[in-house]
Amino acid sequence: MSARTSGRPGFLVYGLLAAFVLGSALPLYWSFVIGSHTKGEANDFPPPLVPGGHFLENARRVIDSVDFWQAMLNSLIVSTACGVAVVFFSTLAGYAFAKLTFRGSNLLMGFVVMTMAVPTQLAIVPLFILMRDYGLLDTLAAVALPTLVTAFGVFFMRQYLVDAVPTELIEAARMDGCTMLRTFWTVAVPAARPAMAILFLFTFMQVWTDYMWPLVALQETETLQIALDRLALTGQGQTTDYALVLAGAGMSTIPLLLLFVLAGRQLVTGIMQGAVKG
Amino acid sequence: MTNSTAPAGDAATATSPADGRPEPPGDRRRARAAGDRRLLRRQRRSRWDLKLSPYLYVSPFFVLFALVGLYPLLYTGFLSLFDWNRAYYVRGEFIGLDNYRFVLTDPVFRKALVNTFSIFLMSSVPQVVLAVAVAALLDNRLRGRTFWRMSVLLPFVVAPTAAVLIFGSLFADRYGMINQLLTEVGLEPIRWHVDRWWSHLAIAGMVNWRWTGYNALIFLAAMQAVPRDLYEAASLDGAGRIRQFFSVTLPMIRPTMIFVIITSTIGGLQIFTEPRLFDDTPNREGGPDHQYMTSTLYIYVKGIEDQFYGRASAAAWILFLIIVGIAALNFAITRFLTRRSVS
Repeated sequence: MSARTSGRPGFLVYGLLAAFVLGSALPLYWSFVIGSHTKGEANDFPPPLVPGGHFLENARRVIDSVDFWQAMLNSLIVSTACGVAVVFFSTLAGYAFAKLTFRGSNLLMGFVVMTMAVPTQLAIVPLFILMRDYGLLDTLAAVALPTLVTAFGVFFMRQYLVDAVPTELIEAARMDGCTMLRTFWTVAVPAARPAMAILFLFTFMQVWTDYMWPLVALQETETLQIALDRLALTGQGQTTDYALVLAGAGMSTIPLLLLFVLAGRQLVTGIMQGAVKG
Repeated sequence: MTNSTAPAGDAATATSPADGRPEPPGDRRRARAAGDRRLLRRQRRSRWDLKLSPYLYVSPFFVLFALVGLYPLLYTGFLSLFDWNRAYYVRGEFIGLDNYRFVLTDPVFRKALVNTFSIFLMSSVPQVVLAVAVAALLDNRLRGRTFWRMSVLLPFVVAPTAAVLIFGSLFADRYGMINQLLTEVGLEPIRWHVDRWWSHLAIAGMVNWRWTGYNALIFLAAMQAVPRDLYEAASLDGAGRIRQFFSVTLPMIRPTMIFVIITSTIGGLQIFTEPRLFDDTPNREGGPDHQYMTSTLYIYVKGIEDQFYGRASAAAWILFLIIVGIAALNFAITRFLTRRSVS
């Protein structure tokens, strides 16, 4: 804070931050340490503190116990589909709410904001019945359906587009004879791109990490989180096979870790932007 | 507007047909009338375009939300008023509020509700305090700013499923790392999976681990929006760093604090993955004696596993009302506080 008035922070600030970051990274490190030892070594005390050489062996055991690749592919399909749908519908609606005048827009936007506070996940029973009646149980479509739109997405895009697109530009496009859709496509979408990328990331992660709804909607088919759940059940026994379970936990985290390395900066920006405007 | 192909000019000429067909010589009046009609049609279409487009753009959200959000929620209310014949999957007779009566007097539901609030409090309070502290650290002119900001976010990319398995091994009752360390220093090992309040602490720990850095970034954004001259004025008045934090930073980020509390309330009261997977007994109902069963887990077990649709729906509506009530309360407080800080 007073760094604003004085100079750079001292050693203490870096030390405390480093301690927090190390503490945060520790559980993840632990999963890779245990996941790279044999079952016997993993249950030793004192436990191993550095990674061992059996990760590939454990990875093979994971792949043998659950259909890991298929599960990962399923997660990829569902998360991408939801990400694309949410971005598309939210940009359209967000643009309308931010830049177009129409009767009832305030009322409808108020409704969107309100639904952000509504815990719709609680309605699993009717959703389950709905999916069963339409024969969608145990399909990826059932997993994706409830997350094709999110109130947060509409809200987020609206907040972004209010400032990102100058109203004069829209008027100019209209003067030039652009249809509404063309104006949206040539004026709003290019300006919205950074926010669209961030919204895609968040939706992708949200669907990828979701456990409850796939658990309800799926039976034989597995997403990554469901596969991990089954793996945990296989790993249980007289002594839990932590080498297997934690190797699986680590493996399931790798894709998101990669995403984090590539796009972590955008995630940080997205969280901080959403906060200021939200 | 580089890719606009329409000729520049006023709206009327822009929307007039520019098909370039030569007008037939002779009856020019008729041709002009036809042109006018076409122009009129274009204009009318343009007006409809202007009027209808906004509704078309927002409609996918509302249609889909109605289908997968609103309808299931209302249907939950409907289901909660009926008896259910589990053997034939058919709706039984209307029984009014009997399901609610059952749920509210069910000791398991009451226990789950208490567990939910206990885990929520253990996770939200320390989380907000720690997140504000981390944000204050980040709100310095750090070297490698982006690196630090990304680093605190690391746990956020670990799915709750993976997180609970990792923490489950650390908190294992017999050979867990934490218990072995406790034994090493001469303390009694803790039965994390058996003892009710300790299990809540373990679960809250995982939740805190995943969300503290995320919330720290939100607080950081709020702190950076605090006008500098407030700090300068405080500094001139002789306030030290600590004093500045408590009398400038904290009051200024109060609206953000309430925003974070609202979102973590909505999420925290629906916690499911952690209590479900923390249970290492096969039935997975939040511990052998429901020590850490949460309300959402209750809904899942009653509704999906046991197929008591009516009771599960009643439980869902009760929880729904609790969450909305708390959110509304928070919202009212936010309005009140922000209005006061503006005036």
